This record gives sequence, structure tokens and C-alpha cells, in this order.
Amino acid sequence: MAEKILKKEELDDFVARLKSKYRIYAPLEKGGEWEWSEVEQGKDLTFDFFNSSLSPKKFFFPQTECLMHFRNDPHEEKGMLMEAEAGLDQPRLLFNIRPCDAKALTVLDKVFERDEESMDVYWKDKREKTVLIGLACTDPCPTCFCTSVNCGPHHEEGLDVLQVDLGDRLLLRGISEKGEQLLKDLDQAGTEDSQAAADQKKEAEGSITSGVEMDRIDSRQTLEVYDQAMWDRVYESCINCGTCTFYCPTCHCFDIQDETQGEYGRRVRNWDTCMSWLFTHHTSGHNPRGTKKDRVRQRFMHKFKYMPIKLEGSIGCVGCGRCTQRCPVNIDVRDVVNSMNEEHVE
Amino acid sequence: MTTIVEDIRASARKLLEDKTVDCVIGFTEGSVPMQARPFFAYTPEETDLLTWNGFCTSNLANFLIKREGRNAILAQGCVSRNIVGLIQENQVNRDDVYILGVHSPGMLDPGKIKAAFAGRNILEVRENGQTLLVKGKDFEEEVSRKKFKRDNCYTCTHRNALIYDEFIGEQGKQTGGGDIDKVAAPWDKLDPDQRWQEFEEEFKDCIRCYACRNACPLCYCKVCFVDEHNPQWCGKTQDEPDIYTFHLLRAFHCAGRCTDCGACESACPVGIKMRRLTSKLEKDIRDKYDYQPGLDLESQPPMSVYRPDDPEIE
Repeated sequence: MAEKILKKEELDDFVARLKSKYRIYAPLEKGGEWEWSEVEQGKDLTFDFFNSSLSPKKFFFPQTECLMHFRNDPHEEKGMLMEAEAGLDQPRLLFNIRPCDAKALTVLDKVFERDEESMDVYWKDKREKTVLIGLACTDPCPTCFCTSVNCGPHHEEGLDVLQVDLGDRLLLRGISEKGEQLLKDLDQAGTEDSQAAADQKKEAEGSITSGVEMDRIDSRQTLEVYDQAMWDRVYESCINCGTCTFYCPTCHCFDIQDETQGEYGRRVRNWDTCMSWLFTHHTSGHNPRGTKKDRVRQRFMHKFKYMPIKLEGSIGCVGCGRCTQRCPVNIDVRDVVNSMNEEHVE
Repeated sequence: MTTIVEDIRASARKLLEDKTVDCVIGFTEGSVPMQARPFFAYTPEETDLLTWNGFCTSNLANFLIKREGRNAILAQGCVSRNIVGLIQENQVNRDDVYILGVHSPGMLDPGKIKAAFAGRNILEVRENGQTLLVKGKDFEEEVSRKKFKRDNCYTCTHRNALIYDEFIGEQGKQTGGGDIDKVAAPWDKLDPDQRWQEFEEEFKDCIRCYACRNACPLCYCKVCFVDEHNPQWCGKTQDEPDIYTFHLLRAFHCAGRCTDCGACESACPVGIKMRRLTSKLEKDIRDKYDYQPGLDLESQPPMSVYRPDDPEIE
């Protein structure tokens, strides 16, 4: 794995070269928050932010996505005409994506690209056409707990390149072949810079002081965790809004709707949320998750019990802390998981 | 002298010890800076976890809806007015609720504090009378509390609980000091095109999480119009008409009922000021009907009464 060096003053040239091929996006400051925005030039990039407000999952799984258009004209001899949506017309590059958010995409790959038969072509197209240049965390937030959910501030999984900010210059580590190619014209990093990056990794990991314990959640039967008494208290303050699910980089539930006007129509996929009663409401009127308690329990059970069972140990959480930061009633995912794990079961 | 938090805990403890109520609804310390969690105390011991501070931004009246048993609830002015509204609308039975009235310190807006310290990790914010002590890894700054109050708290008209079974602490200054009429409808002076532009700019970032609706004690419909699916009145997409329909219709449903408590704006994760719509409606109701919701149990909410001499009836 080659480590290269890029002086920040040369960022403009580097970005300009990349722009000849890619549309580039990065978290940029807007009213005190960092939002994913299109980058015009290298000097727009900032390196001293915590994380973007919304996660970059929307680049691959947009909140609203048209899947196809159709026309249903009773006089048309060919019957109903369906027209597929075109894929991305230009490759994209996400600059300064945080390691937790890149890791989240690899978790979602296991859902959307499970096998050939259930392959989500919309997700796959965007994943294949997007390069990820990560930025390691130097100053994790008090809500971060990535190190306890198979991730970390310098985690490389899912990234093409990982950058470490060394002040006036960046150390860039090529991780995938695609990533190595992007860096081939840059200077080799010296041992001092490599050492500085390694030291920074250690320090960043050490500065993450909160975490979740999952050993007993893993070893217990699903129903034991499901029936724990703690669920009777956890849900009380929840207002069943969708904030946690929409901010989560790994939540991926959706609702598909056909919108029609006359003979024309489109099929749209929208983010949905397991916090809503409507999400599981059956046509018959029955609702298997009819109470707030059912819905709150579902979200945590799904991420920390069902997903690890079904996805070869992958947890549906990367420890980014967004849900805890944004929850209007301060439901803290760490508290919930730790009480799932701690509670004594007869 | 005891602090307000000690007084709240003592009253709550007594209510549970005497079995006057089954549960006391209040707040507990949040797990992260600038947050407080709605909390339900069922035992005298649990009342030790109760707290009360400027980050208690949820409207607790919301939790009374469809709740069983007899509950005590901590209520400042706006929350007490929402409880009145819920009693008037037959959602809450007055006999089943024990109101612990308090004076509102004027709630804080974490968004404003974060923006003032953008790019810096805030690890603790401590309230100290009229100042806030903001602490981070390598900084500590004292700032004026007043600067970081929620917008609606500047123009509050009733900070003391109006209806209560017991008032905790001293009754304080009744108003927030600001002139509600000056700021309630900032778009009134704009022409329709500009007004629409402002509206689009304000609401375009909505992610339709419905935190505003779900934080609101007025929004208790069994099925909200945006969740109606047979027929489906409102689209589910991020397209502008779908987003705007939700916000406009929801605001109208609040006319004559909204107490301007600010819970919607506090709950919104993207910082939308939905009071641009509701505070304008609140002002209209005051101007046209000389009515403010929830001031007492006897007045008739103007949108729920029928008058044969209504000027609009021919």
C-alpha cells in the first residue's frame, strides 16, 4: 500500500485534474453545519470539520429516486410501456468522506448487492461509478463510538484512498487499485510523515472514550433479547419521528410508490422509517408493530441482533453518533445497546 | 434555600409516596451536552433523576395523550396552555392529571450555540443565572444566556403555568420581553412572489422525518393526513409540492390551537423555522378573534365553535 504526500497548496491542481473525469462532492460548511455539496475547486475543501450533517448514503440511495417511467394507454397495441431510468452519466468522487460513512456503505452493499437475483441495479450503478477519498478523524466527537462497532477513526474498509491531515500537507494512502491509480503522480511519503500518520491513528483511537458492549447480545437467543424488560422504559420518551433513521448511514428501508396522472406514471422509491406505524401496516388492517414499543425495539434489534445474524456478523451501526446528536428526545443509542447487553435475564 | 430542581424532586417524590399519581412526567439530564430527556418517574427513588433546565425543550403535554393512569406533569406556561387545549378537545381528562406548575427560564436553542462555536467540540454547557459556560477540550467561554434563547421564548406571553395543582418555586416574570406582533409575521410585508421565495428557502431542506409533527401536542390525529393511504392525499417524495403540502396543511391545522411553544423548531433536525407559518396564524387568531389558546378552561376555541351570527354566513 503506497503512501503519498500532497501539499495543501497543491490541492487546487490535484482537484482540477480529478475534475476532468469526476463530479466531485465534499462536506462544505453551511451555516455552522457541514453538508455534502459539489466542489468547484480544491481551495473550497475544509479539513477541520467533525462530520457531515446527513450521511453520504443519499449519493447511492437517494431519499426520492425514480425507478422507471411508464405509460398505460388502453389503445396502445404493445400494452403497457415501461422505460428504465438511465444510470449515472458521469463518474463521481466523494472527497473527505469519513471512515465510518465508508464502512456503512460496505454494510449496505451486503443488503443491496446480496446476490445476483436480488441485485439492486440502482445502488450498484452508483457504487461502481463513485470513488471514495476518505479523511481520517483527528478529533472525534463525544458521541462517536466507532471503535466498538468494527470501525475506527482511521478505518479503511470501503475506501479507495484514506487521507491523514498532517497540517500543511496530506498523507494519502491508496487502498484499492482505483485509489492507487489516482495517486500515481504524487510524491512518495517519507518515513517521518508515515510515522506521524500512525501516531495520529493511535491518538484518535484513544480519544474515543465511549462505546457499546455486545457480547451478551450476541450470545443470547434472539427472543431473550426481544423480551427484556428494559424495552418497557426505552420507548417512553420516543416520539416516533424518523430522525434517527434518516440520519443513520446504514438505515436503508424504503417504500415504493406508483404515481400516475392519466395514462402516464412513474415508479418512485422513497426512504421509509420503521418508526412510523404506517411502515408495517397491512392491507388487512393488522399491524405487526402496532405500538411505539414495538417500533423502537425493532430499530435496535434490527441493527444489533438481526443484521449480525443475517449478514455474517455485520452490525447495522458504525458508531457515527448522528442519531444521538439529532434525536429530539435524547435517546442515546449507546445507552440502549448497553442496557440490552447488561440486563440480567432469568 | 432550595433550588428549583430540588423542589421539583421533593414534590414529585411526595406525589408518588402518597400514591396521588402513578407517574410523574418530567425531564432527566441528557446523555450529551445541550440535551434533556423526557422522563417518567414511577417510584419515589426515580424522582432523584428529575431535572429542569434550559434544554428541556420538548413539550411534555405531548406525552399525556392516550396515556393511561393518573399522571403528574411538569408544566411551564406554554405546556400548561397545551394541557388546557387537550382537555378542551377531550384528549385529556382534567381529573387524571396533576399539574406541577413552573416558571419557564426561557428555553435555549442548541443550534444557536453550536453555530456560535462552529467547528469546535462542545463537551459541556452549564447554565449559571444569566450566563452560559461553554466548555470544550481546550476552551472555556462564558456567554450571555439571553443570546441563545429559542426564538419563541423571546416573545413568550405566559412563562408561568396558568393552570396547576401545585406551583413549584416562585412565580417569575410573565413575558419574554420581546414584542410578538413585531416578529410574528415577518413575511407579511413581502409581495406574494417574495413570500413564496422565502417560504421555499425556509422549507426546502425538510427531510420529512415528521419530528415537528410528532413533537407537537396538537398533532394527535389517529391517522395524520400525510399518512392517509386510501386515498393518499399527499405524495411521499422529496418533491417540493409534497413537502410544501405537508407543512402548509399542518400549520393550518394548528390555527387557534398553537401556543407558540416552539417544540416543533426544537425538534427539527435541520433547523427549519416552521413558526414562520404558525406564529403568523397565532397572530391572526389574536387579531381577528381576540383569542389566545389555552389561557383558561372556560373560553371557547374559535375554530371549534359555530355561531349563527358568524359574519361569513350569508
